[in-house]
Amino acid sequence: MAIHPPETKIWWKEPIHSIEIWWVLIALVWSLIMFVMMPYWHIYGNQNLSNEAYRVDPEYFGEKVEDMVKKYTIREEGDTGIPVVAPPVGSDVFLLARLWEWYPILELKKGKEYRLHLSSMDWMHGFSLQPTNINLQVHPGYDFVVTVTPTESGKFAIICNEYCGIGHHTMAGRMYVTDK
Amino acid sequence: MTSQDNNTPDGEHEHIPFFQRMMDNPFLLLFIGVVMPTVFYILWGVMEIATIPIATY
Amino acid sequence: MSILSKSRICPETGLFFDDQAEKLIKWNAVTGVVFLLVGGLFGVLMALTRWTEVHILPADWFYLLLTAHGLDALIVWIIFFEMAVLYLASSTLLKVRLAAPKWAWLGYWLMLIGAVITNVMVLEGDSSVMFTSYPPMKAHPLFYLGIIVFAVGALIGTFCFFGTLVLAKEQKTYEGSLPLVTFGALTAAIIAVFTIASGAIILVPTLLWSLGYIAHIDPLMYKTIWWAMGHSSQQINVSAHVSVWYLIAAIVFGAKPLSEKVSRMAFLFYIFFLQLASAHHLLVEPGLSSEWKIFNTSYAMYLAVLGSMIHGLTVPGSIEAAQRKKGFNKGLFEWLRRAPWGNPVFSGMFMSLVMFGFLGGITGVIMGTEQINIIMHNTLYVPGHFHATVVAGTTLTFMAVSYFLVPVLFRRELWLPGLAKWQTYIYAIGVAGISVFMMAAGTLGVSRRHWDNNFADATLGFDYPAAAHMFLALNGISGLMAGLGGASFCIIMVGTILWGKKKSDVPASAPAPAPEPAVHQAGSAGTIAVPGTFVLALIFLGTFILYYYVNWKYLAEVWHLS
Ligand code: HEM
Ligand SMILES: [Cu+2]
Ligand SMILES: [Cu+2]
Repeated sequence: MAIHPPETKIWWKEPIHSIEIWWVLIALVWSLIMFVMMPYWHIYGNQNLSNEAYRVDPEYFGEKVEDMVKKYTIREEGDTGIPVVAPPVGSDVFLLARLWEWYPILELKKGKEYRLHLSSMDWMHGFSLQPTNINLQVHPGYDFVVTVTPTESGKFAIICNEYCGIGHHTMAGRMYVTDK
Repeated sequence: MTSQDNNTPDGEHEHIPFFQRMMDNPFLLLFIGVVMPTVFYILWGVMEIATIPIATY
Repeated sequence: MSILSKSRICPETGLFFDDQAEKLIKWNAVTGVVFLLVGGLFGVLMALTRWTEVHILPADWFYLLLTAHGLDALIVWIIFFEMAVLYLASSTLLKVRLAAPKWAWLGYWLMLIGAVITNVMVLEGDSSVMFTSYPPMKAHPLFYLGIIVFAVGALIGTFCFFGTLVLAKEQKTYEGSLPLVTFGALTAAIIAVFTIASGAIILVPTLLWSLGYIAHIDPLMYKTIWWAMGHSSQQINVSAHVSVWYLIAAIVFGAKPLSEKVSRMAFLFYIFFLQLASAHHLLVEPGLSSEWKIFNTSYAMYLAVLGSMIHGLTVPGSIEAAQRKKGFNKGLFEWLRRAPWGNPVFSGMFMSLVMFGFLGGITGVIMGTEQINIIMHNTLYVPGHFHATVVAGTTLTFMAVSYFLVPVLFRRELWLPGLAKWQTYIYAIGVAGISVFMMAAGTLGVSRRHWDNNFADATLGFDYPAAAHMFLALNGISGLMAGLGGASFCIIMVGTILWGKKKSDVPASAPAPAPEPAVHQAGSAGTIAVPGTFVLALIFLGTFILYYYVNWKYLAEVWHLS
């Protein structure tokens, strides 16, 4: 029994039933398939995170955001007048997280690529694009660069899904994707 | 790995295959169990974080 | 044997109990149950708060109790109980006194003091940082100190386990290799050492930072090392509850492992690879390479998953073999139909096995796939998944074994045995509910650790799909049911200890059958085929493959990222 020492002194050489051997082999093959799926998706799949990231001073990142906002704001929204920014296709787009908002509102074009930079001014936040359901972690002091191509148009919400204090559940931003 | 073990000087261990002896040694297992994640997870991970470049755009 | 040690042989089960070890097992297990009660109560309150129409707690209390729930249920309850398991698997199964019982008591008290300190800090309200306590968000220094003290206590207990192994070897209280259950406990203890060491590496500097001695804690570095502790501690649970499955198979059925070699190899895979999976929590972080993520999140090519899939066959397989030997040989499943479903020791263990595999295991591997994590990270899918592993898996297993242990340790009969029969089912169904419904809500994007499903106070609002609110309501109802089941468990345990009928010392014909002579003798495997278990395993694999690719399909539908 499992609560007693093995009965045979040299259990390593005990015969193994074929059912067990088969199961081990099947499970091993499945394990390897699952392993290969990840590199496979890096080559043939369309949803992979880049390895591109930088150490960045929050203030410096904030300036980058302000530069972009100054150049490409097209209107304002919400009670607090949050700028809606439509940066050029293919450009570096900056989105910052801070207690408790996402700044600014971005307006992107469907089917076009953007280099999205994510960083936080203060605590950790969670970028959760809804209802698409893309979730990325946003750290203070780090710039996470992800190349995104929206595949659908409409109005999207960016929910903060990393707990960031008592206002966490009020931290929702917005993003627009236009057809052309 | 089977009959080779006969020449072990320690009488107690004679005939016991290498893998069984390894699994009967808690402190060897402890060593491996601590080194594996320390090297592959912690050290590798910490090195990657430490070498993240500074933003220059 | 040492002159100082007193011991007894349990008349009913034949188990050996060293006096000190027995007391420590009792105290650790009971203290654990108290924290389970507290943590579980908070859990129910949270499930009710996340139920959109009920929403009972105010925001600050929700985050406060969420922090306490995570700590008390996940860490305090489980680690206390695991200390009991370690002492049982070493002292009792090896028939040797516990090494350094004074140290073990010191460990116990440190754990208790640490747990109380941290709880007080959280309940005072200035440490609602979640049990993960990611900087730069700061808790009260005593919050970190409490966790450190608790961990030191647990480390001392773990070393007493190792010491007891050495003592048993020296005194030759057993021959040959460790019993499989003890080997599994050793796996848990090894992982515990790494877990606690990682915790020290990160929490000590964090404590100094909260006191103002260190200016800056890098959040990414913190998160990486913190999860070496946070996730590995879950792997202690897995190793411990799998060992307890083997234990229960042995005490209820007299089952013998199908093959010592295969089962031990499966534990060996755990020792080598299981802890790498701490990377599950860092799959969508900046700055860690895909190579690091893939290698670690897959436990080096899913070899630890292989280990779990092996246990998934060999645990029920050993039961099947034992049952067939007793004559339950008809068809594929007579052995299972004729199992003692009215005995909570068995029913709890078996439901735990099934739910851990189907609900917890499959979803964990899928969520831990580098790219698929993008559509699940930090959604309610995550707590849905781990309530299937750590509640349906570990907690239910520990409940099941308590039905065996508590009457044996306290020499009392089970109080309210009629309720006990049902308790495991009520709890299991409730827990299955919270797991599945939180996962369902998570699939629809609902955030975890989030007080307001309606975003009422947000400048820019957002509405979750109506189905999400329905799932959250079902989660609330299931939470009530799990709460009922959990409370029943605590009542039965406390009642047994206080008011259970005292057992006479004459060996009675016990409900838990005394370990019969081993079911099959030497050369275990060659003797009995376990076709029923094999079929169950194939059903499991089919489900796994299907659900795995369904999620790749979901992923393929989201925006392109590179
Ligand atoms: C009556 C039983 C239980 C119920 C109804 C319950 C319910 C919940 C709910 C609703 C959440 C919050 C999800 C969120 O908004 O993020 C949660 C979180 C959690 N639960 Fe439970 N739970 C129960 C038992 C347990 C047990 C026994 C454990 C551990 C063994 C556990 C471990 C956790 C952990 C670690 C978290 C995450 C806390 C965090 O995000 O910081 N739960 N639970
Ligand atoms: Cu936030
Ligand atoms: Cu937040």
